[in-house]
Amino acid sequence: MQINNSLSPENKRLADRLRDSFAQVPLLAWLCGVLGAVLLERFFGDPLTEILGLPKIPALFGAGIVLKKPQLIPGTVAFLFLIYVVPVIVIPRLFGSILNRLAGWFFRLSPAVSVAIHLTLLYMILSLWADISGYRLLTLKLTLIAVIVTLSLNVINGYMGEFSCSHPGFLALGAYTASVFTLFFFVDDKVFGAAFLPKFLGPFMFPLALILGGVVAAIGAIAIAIPSFRTRGDYLAIISLAFMFIVKSIIENLEFVRGPRGLSSQPNYVDLPTVFIWTVAAVWIINNFVRSTTGKALNAVRDDEMAADAMTVNTRRTKILAFLFAAFWAGVAGGLFAHVLRYVNPGTFGIQKLAEVLAMVYFGGLNSVYGSIVGAVSLSLLGEVLRPLEIFKWIIIPLLLILVMIYRPTGLIAFKDFDVMKLIRPKEKT
Amino acid sequence: MRRLSLKVGYTMPILQINKMSHDFGGLRAVNNYNLEIESGQIRGLIGPNGAGKTTIFNLISGIYSPTEGEILLNGKSIVGLKPYQIAAMGLGRTFQNLRLWRHMTVLEHVKMARYSKINYGLLGAFFGTPKRRREEADIEEKAYSLLKLVGVADLADQVILNLPYGAQRRVEMARALATEPKILFLDEPTAGMNPEELKQMMDIIRRIHSEFGLAIFLIEHRLKVVMELCEIIQTLVFGEVIAEGSSEEIQNDPKVIEAYLGKETIL
Repeated sequence: MQINNSLSPENKRLADRLRDSFAQVPLLAWLCGVLGAVLLERFFGDPLTEILGLPKIPALFGAGIVLKKPQLIPGTVAFLFLIYVVPVIVIPRLFGSILNRLAGWFFRLSPAVSVAIHLTLLYMILSLWADISGYRLLTLKLTLIAVIVTLSLNVINGYMGEFSCSHPGFLALGAYTASVFTLFFFVDDKVFGAAFLPKFLGPFMFPLALILGGVVAAIGAIAIAIPSFRTRGDYLAIISLAFMFIVKSIIENLEFVRGPRGLSSQPNYVDLPTVFIWTVAAVWIINNFVRSTTGKALNAVRDDEMAADAMTVNTRRTKILAFLFAAFWAGVAGGLFAHVLRYVNPGTFGIQKLAEVLAMVYFGGLNSVYGSIVGAVSLSLLGEVLRPLEIFKWIIIPLLLILVMIYRPTGLIAFKDFDVMKLIRPKEKT
Repeated sequence: MRRLSLKVGYTMPILQINKMSHDFGGLRAVNNYNLEIESGQIRGLIGPNGAGKTTIFNLISGIYSPTEGEILLNGKSIVGLKPYQIAAMGLGRTFQNLRLWRHMTVLEHVKMARYSKINYGLLGAFFGTPKRRREEADIEEKAYSLLKLVGVADLADQVILNLPYGAQRRVEMARALATEPKILFLDEPTAGMNPEELKQMMDIIRRIHSEFGLAIFLIEHRLKVVMELCEIIQTLVFGEVIAEGSSEEIQNDPKVIEAYLGKETIL
């Protein structure tokens, strides 16, 4: 009866039918579909661009080509359709049920194994996609770092419901700490002289540099947390904004890190695997935290602090802890950022960075790991995609934000638990 | 030789308040308040609006600190302690205006109240250790049993705002019970309820009283509830207790009738 019902085509809308036909497709199949797409691009991308008359493989979904030369629009659309859309639909459609059984088998074997397989597939997709051009690789690295930054700010602004503006400050602290660490120990350079330790140790010690950057950012956070968490309200917003400017001007006036000229020639430690692993670690640990009862206490404090207090929650400790935790991850992201660009200057960590990060948090969705990932990825990519529009980019992106705020005031995917087990589980037959 | 225990068969009261007073600026909100609750007792506190009933609750539960006087919970002074510390020592409470967490589910509400009993620490919170999984499962089981007790277990995964008012009251009760209180403060538990809900709520209060052997301290507006449930009732007017006794004594006390019920009121 059920099957007959779902197969009667006339009295169902197209969207519903589409959803029904893909309801049984597990995440594994989607990943395989995307993997198919990037493989297709890698092996048949170049011949296809020649056939379609495109100058090269569209770097970011063809926006650059389309906006510069409108006559290439049909070719670009055809390319995107053949390379991306077709495999992503066809592979899950054809192999959905087989891959579903496979996903079930992995899951029964061990959820950890299943997670590892999914992550490997994701990494293969990203590295194959980024392999096409250096520009893609850089965009991808910065996008992954943006995910860490957005998620860590979401812990404060979303989960805890306070408004913090200090993230660029934490990024700066992390970036400079990690840079000074690597430049001092592993680089022969004008500022800090000859390398202090043998250079081959560098890549192994790099995690230490990042963690140190995180710790320094967290220490900076204490300076904000202690005065501003005595009460609730706007104090944190003001104090944290001040903190951001203070950090920026301190660095500008510190001669041993070359003031406003910035630090350069950081060693090239941050390849794609490094960024990927750190991003996965950040998402995993932050998600673990916000889903534990200890972390849910943040929501309780946000929604009603007095009630949280009466239910044995140490509200002050909870708030300070979460703030330091978020600052730590921002510091780590800052360290990665400095080593991806291999140059930092204090000017990067100003009000524009703040606006960017806040936009990602509120666009993606408050109180949600999904939201932070979606917000960071979509706004990072959108920023790059719309780059050819130059100044109009700054009209389109804010306009989009305003629309989201009107129709979904808490963001695209807000207040949703990120349940990895549910994500990787094979789809049940209904 | 001096004997420490002076009375034979004397049980230490669970909550003892001696000469507690509190000023808001120049206004004396509570004056010379005394109370002694033994374990398993149900006590009531009645009084007209603005008499200071909720202030007394807030003073005992640590939201305000009394200007004068001492408060002993299980023989230990709790004056100056933070609300979460007092709550963890065994004083659970509900609120007059339902302070629920609007974005959280019913189950999360009850689990949250076990916060102080969590032992997995930050390591568990960050890395999802087996210890954490065990403890969270344990908390969840306890939370479900409490939700069953108050009759809302089938709504466990709902966000609290989707629940009708009566069910929200029950969740709040379950949440207060999850802190494992020795004494439970109920601030107008039947406010805004219809007669049917009222009857159910009174059943729940009786049930938790018999099941956990809790002491209960109750503020109520509806005299019917207090008169039926409480062994001893205090009447508070302008921050002062004007009468204390059983429900018959209170009902027949001319001062109470005058100050609280009004001269013409028939019960």
